[in-house]
Amino acid sequence: MAEKEKMTLVIFSGELDKALAAFILATTAASMGMDVTMFFTFWGLNIIKRDKGSIKGQGFMRKILNIMNRGGSSRLKMSQFNMLGLGTWMMKKMMKQKNMPSIDEFIEMAKQMDIKMIPCSTSCGILGLPDDAFRDGIMSQAGAAFFLGQAKESKVTLFI
Amino acid sequence: MKADKILDCVGLYCPMPVIKTSQEIKKMKTGETLEVVADDKGIKQDMPAWCKTTGNECVGMEEENGEIKVYVKKLAV
Repeated sequence: MAEKEKMTLVIFSGELDKALAAFILATTAASMGMDVTMFFTFWGLNIIKRDKGSIKGQGFMRKILNIMNRGGSSRLKMSQFNMLGLGTWMMKKMMKQKNMPSIDEFIEMAKQMDIKMIPCSTSCGILGLPDDAFRDGIMSQAGAAFFLGQAKESKVTLFI
Repeated sequence: MKADKILDCVGLYCPMPVIKTSQEIKKMKTGETLEVVADDKGIKQDMPAWCKTTGNECVGMEEENGEIKVYVKKLAV
């Protein structure tokens, strides 16, 4: 193969089920020899936030928002059937029973497969998230032009 | 069918068999065959598709008692 084929994903949603779909496709594409970029924006940023560490955000409103919207791969909820956390708890248990990796494990797998994970700079700016709000191995922030530049060269582009 | 290596993926669901295959194939030499054993039916469609895009060859498939054996021959470097 001469140049690697590319795939670019926009992850807008921050729910467990949607994140799972995104990471399944991203890791599979990487295993098929594709060059994968995941662009996280808005609620999707919650997936790649650190589970632990101080609450980020400058100013009162951003602090409050980031306390209410804590994020981190272990805090993601289901988009449906959450039932005050019971549905999410059941789903995580069922996934484990069937040897399905958790979102956390998927993120680590993605890093090992050289999948580029990039937070959207505008969302980060509005929500008040600095680079160190995200887990290790997440690349520095980029904007819409970067995404479109990647998407133009990609064979597969998805918005999740 | 004879294989140089066996990869046990029983109990794993998509995309794990494919990802494990890609990791295993990387360690093997060109021309060698990997036997992937799985019980997720999706593998019957997934593995030929994976082979096609990566330039490897799916040389055979056997199914018995709910276990699917897929033979992948490494062709791409």
